Amino acid sequence: MAALPRWLRQPAFPSWPLYLLGLVPGVWLFVQALTDNLGADPAKALERGLGEWALRLIILGLAITPLRQSLGINWLRYRRAVGLLAFFYVLAHLVSYILLDQGLDWAAIGADILKRPYITIGMLGFVLLLPLAVTSNNAMIRRLGGVRWRRLHRLVYPAALAGAAHFLLLVKSWPLEPIIYAAIVVALLGWRLLPRGGRERPATGRL
Amino acid sequence: MLLRHAPDLGERDVTPQALYLSRRHLLAGAGGMLLAGSAAASPLTAAKSSLSTDETPTPLKDITSYNNYYEFGVDKSEPARNAHRLTTSPWNVQVDGMVAKPTSFALEDIIKPAKLEERIYRMRCVEGWSMVIPWIGFPLADLLARVEPLGSAKYVAFETALRPNEMTGVGGFLKVLDWPYREGLRLDEALHPLTLLAVGLYGETLPNQNGAPLRLVVPWKYGFKGIKSIVRITLTDKQPLTSWNMQAPQEYGFYSNVNPEVDHPRWSQATERRIGEGGLFAKRRPTLPFNGYADQVAGLYTGMDLRKFY
Repeated sequence: MAALPRWLRQPAFPSWPLYLLGLVPGVWLFVQALTDNLGADPAKALERGLGEWALRLIILGLAITPLRQSLGINWLRYRRAVGLLAFFYVLAHLVSYILLDQGLDWAAIGADILKRPYITIGMLGFVLLLPLAVTSNNAMIRRLGGVRWRRLHRLVYPAALAGAAHFLLLVKSWPLEPIIYAAIVVALLGWRLLPRGGRERPATGRL
Repeated sequence: MLLRHAPDLGERDVTPQALYLSRRHLLAGAGGMLLAGSAAASPLTAAKSSLSTDETPTPLKDITSYNNYYEFGVDKSEPARNAHRLTTSPWNVQVDGMVAKPTSFALEDIIKPAKLEERIYRMRCVEGWSMVIPWIGFPLADLLARVEPLGSAKYVAFETALRPNEMTGVGGFLKVLDWPYREGLRLDEALHPLTLLAVGLYGETLPNQNGAPLRLVVPWKYGFKGIKSIVRITLTDKQPLTSWNMQAPQEYGFYSNVNPEVDHPRWSQATERRIGEGGLFAKRRPTLPFNGYADQVAGLYTGMDLRKFY
């Protein structure tokens, strides 16, 4: 563990460039969709692409604690950026579904949410992330207090499961990609249940 | 109520032939370099058909780059990249079962006597998107007539080639489907004049990703019934096993007629997005019963509960 270089264990660069960097894939997808470079069904490809980036970022956010506790890699200062970016991609994914996929057909959207388990679960995941996005600032942490804030932010666990299930439920048969995402989410959450690594140890500089 | 085609489309909306032919040449040129080793597309002459829709055909590049052909990968862009590996010549098709003259046909012997027609059909995928495809082919009934079905035959079973050395998607420990791909029709569906064996599209032989060299087209059913790269056709008295029905019987029935009233258990079938129409901001359009072919085919299912026989 001591062999890990310091720039990896405890990177010093600020987190704000991450917000810009994190937006690149979404902007790139959108530009490709507008310029007819996303294949025959650009609306679907954009929707899917944004959803997959959301899932990747949620996974990255969930990996930060295990990386710190088991490998001593402390990327905690970047977790807020990762989480907010994940929320941004979930939101963009939802907007592309409402606007591009369903063309603002609210009756169809309502029926989807009520009748289609993968849409119901996807919406549930979005709703679970809403309070987390709203409270992702220092003022809210102070207002809620660290303990309550941390408890609230455990909502990301069911949200991540919802995202993975949402992907698994929308595909035909059992293609590999959604299975891999689901397996990673389950592994990262399962790690938190392990008796040793799982319990949060008191540590400094946690937020 | 049952619109045969969208009323706002006319002759002027059809892509001029010169334009799509020039596109085709561009593509054929690029394809020729990429797809070395596979059979080159060659032009086919075909008569026009009164069974064609006059809706605007979907651009060739969309028809040939957005394919569900799981033997070459589950992503719809993969068949266009991988299907060139399939050797389509020589090609044999075994037609057997309850027929007076079981025959193993060389592909040439199927095509040579056939009266090729261009049939511009709507194609509705079970996933909720659709295309308009100018197929070239001949009625399946013509081929079946050559082998003389017996009176006992009630169904027709179809089988796709299974070539693990050429097909990039059939290996692995997680099988997407139980290969070979299988499909089936009731005999009266198979003999219906709309039911086509296609050998080409857009005036040329089929690209591999679209099911070369010989595929089924049943325009009133979901696209997955249109089995690709057929090597065997068997007449039988039992309802054949079909791949998607074996994979998820509660989701994909044997009949799989296009039906906006009967949803897929996980998504609605009420609307569809027409590929190549409007780009990123394409609107969904209502799906029609039997994909708009109800006038011709609804009679095949008189008295059947289409919710039960989905």
